[in-house]
Amino acid sequence: MSFVLNDEEQMLRDSARSFLSETAPVTAFRKLRDDNNPDGFSRDLWSSMAEMGWTGILVEEGHGGVELGVFAAGLLLQEMGRTLTPSPFLSTAVLAATALRVAGSDAQKAKWLPKIVSGGTVIGFAVDERARHNPEHINTTAKKQGNGLVLNGTKRFVANGAAADAVIVVARNEDGAPCLVLVDCNQKGVTRKARRTVDSHLPADFTFEDVALDGDALLDGAEDTEGALKHILDVGRACVAAESLGVAEQAFDVTIDYIKNREQFGVPIASFQGLQHRAAHLLSEIEMARSIVMKALRTLDETPSQAPIWAAAAKAKATAVSRLATSEGIQMFGGVGMTDEYDIGLYYKRAQAAGEFLGDDAWGAGQVAKLSGY
Amino acid sequence: MSLETFRKETRDWLEANCPPGMRVPAKGEADICWGGRNWTFASDDQRIWLERMAERGWTVPTWPKEYGGGGLSKEEAFVLKEEMKAMKARSPLDSFGIWMLGPALLKYGSEEQKREHLPKIARGEIRWCQGYSEPGAGSDLASLRTKGVLDGDEYVINGQKVWTSYADKSDWIFALVRTEADAPKHLGISFILIDMETPGVSTKPIKLISGKSPFCETFFDDARAPVSNVVGKPGQGWDIAKYLLSHERAGIVSDAVSGGLNPVGAAHLAGEVDENGQIADPILRGDVARLTIDALAFESTLRRVKDEADKGEGVGAKASILKYVGTELNKRRHELNMSALGSDGLLWEGEKEEDGEAARSWLRSRANSIEGGTSEIQLNIVAKRVLELPGS
Repeated sequence: MSFVLNDEEQMLRDSARSFLSETAPVTAFRKLRDDNNPDGFSRDLWSSMAEMGWTGILVEEGHGGVELGVFAAGLLLQEMGRTLTPSPFLSTAVLAATALRVAGSDAQKAKWLPKIVSGGTVIGFAVDERARHNPEHINTTAKKQGNGLVLNGTKRFVANGAAADAVIVVARNEDGAPCLVLVDCNQKGVTRKARRTVDSHLPADFTFEDVALDGDALLDGAEDTEGALKHILDVGRACVAAESLGVAEQAFDVTIDYIKNREQFGVPIASFQGLQHRAAHLLSEIEMARSIVMKALRTLDETPSQAPIWAAAAKAKATAVSRLATSEGIQMFGGVGMTDEYDIGLYYKRAQAAGEFLGDDAWGAGQVAKLSGY
Repeated sequence: MSLETFRKETRDWLEANCPPGMRVPAKGEADICWGGRNWTFASDDQRIWLERMAERGWTVPTWPKEYGGGGLSKEEAFVLKEEMKAMKARSPLDSFGIWMLGPALLKYGSEEQKREHLPKIARGEIRWCQGYSEPGAGSDLASLRTKGVLDGDEYVINGQKVWTSYADKSDWIFALVRTEADAPKHLGISFILIDMETPGVSTKPIKLISGKSPFCETFFDDARAPVSNVVGKPGQGWDIAKYLLSHERAGIVSDAVSGGLNPVGAAHLAGEVDENGQIADPILRGDVARLTIDALAFESTLRRVKDEADKGEGVGAKASILKYVGTELNKRRHELNMSALGSDGLLWEGEKEEDGEAARSWLRSRANSIEGGTSEIQLNIVAKRVLELPGS
């Protein structure tokens, strides 16, 4: 396992960085927010991501993808974290694509994966039903009825829910075992309520009331659906951890830049040891987060059976470090850090939301204890 | 020879030559072989293991053969390390000569100095200690005042060193001595090798909060050392010291991830786990889990820094990040060991050899963030060299 980027990965990251800083900088995010964009992201940008092959980064070539792997997907999200770029990449190209890949039948893959690759659809991944993430708290049911299924339950804060054409819902079957069903949002019995969050993203709450589904809505291609679900969530965690890392890195960079230039008492405030030690501590923490996020992403590609503890630990570390980096950022910016005009507050808000998604640091710590056997 | 052939031959040789007593992990300080003129081997196995490994140059696998090393490439040395780990073989010899003086002599020493001193380090015949800190020169090391005055072809040395690890058990000392009284602070220091049997050199152990005395005060009263014992040029001592400190930091960092008691083991020892092996106190369990996460992140960082170094990126001031994070982590581990052990951890001495060990190790770990440059000095280095923040 290598902790350095190979040439291909280096190129991918460089091209993503230049593309995002030109096409989707923080000013573009501000405009989406101020225009009250009903999707919460730019459809044009989503099309560009498809043109560049990003939407197919986890999809095999047979279905039109480039299948570069989880590490590559993480690299892209890290860059999106730096520019605070909202898009359906995480929900659709990472979570939904992985769900179809590991749990979909051949027919389901053939139907949905090319649509994801082309950028022609937005698919949400609906797992949580309560305020805090916990994939064991599933009360939604998908029970057999004739040749089809009937779906009942509620899901909260489904990422990209406001714009989604369909959602993959984690439910329990008639035996109480977890299952995955793909539901069209226009289906009768589906109601959704968009929720604007602190980071200006637009997830939605979904209610499913006696939703009648065809048998082929059930993703039944995996031998072990419960194991597949764990893997999908771990891929999502490692990838959102990469986004949090990008948030932390950029927040740190702009903060260091600021304290080098801001003068008080006739000198740059970066010359004060009170700030120097905090900055050096932050860099140390960011280096730690960087290493463990790389480790989790690589493990998912190379030895996925060993990935659960790394995904949980990386998620926890990246969550904690991104919140620390952004809150320290506001403190070091001082009063202007509290203003909407400065970007640091936007990073602080995204760090909070991304940290919550699929389990925060406390949740990750609980998993690590469990997986370590203590 | 291909790496695979080397691996096989190494495995066979180790299998045939590592005595059984050396295939169980060292329990503590007492099981480590430090060597030296006055060394008493803990067992025949320990003596035999050192002799056999030294014969092959494998106490210092990457040093050149002509200086007593094994002449191995970095990759071969790594294979040797892996194979030793696989059979739980102990290190045949540990010493400051291997970790610190050796690398400095290889880089800055004269041919005579290398031939004289390196083979004796490799064979464990001479034990070295390090004379850096002084009562008035701790974090501000370059303000040291131990003085060397030239008299013919000898320096006459006067002054005092402190925190000299194992000075009372060592045969030679490498010391920083101010030889150019009028030169600027950092430029007047020389790196001098001094035999501890030289008249005028004396030591006195310092009793620590752990009850142990690994550190000493070392005094020089008109002690004489030949000019030929200066490593590098007179006045070049500070550069050599900095180079050597980076090796010391690497050593302290590896302590942070090495074995020893961890809080989960401690909770089991104290009987503070439930029937499923889960730590009984949920808040303590959470604290331990957060430590595990940080330890996994640190372990990953060590791997990453190594991969980056193999690719040609310098470690440089990142060593300071590793030293800072690694030592703070190790202190946290010992604190949590003590929490998990509860009152059992407070034991100072008892019938069994290991009684009191947890408390003493915990107390010892407090020095990790002081020795080899304090955490605060590491943060200064990161702020200045990595982040390039302006001076105050």
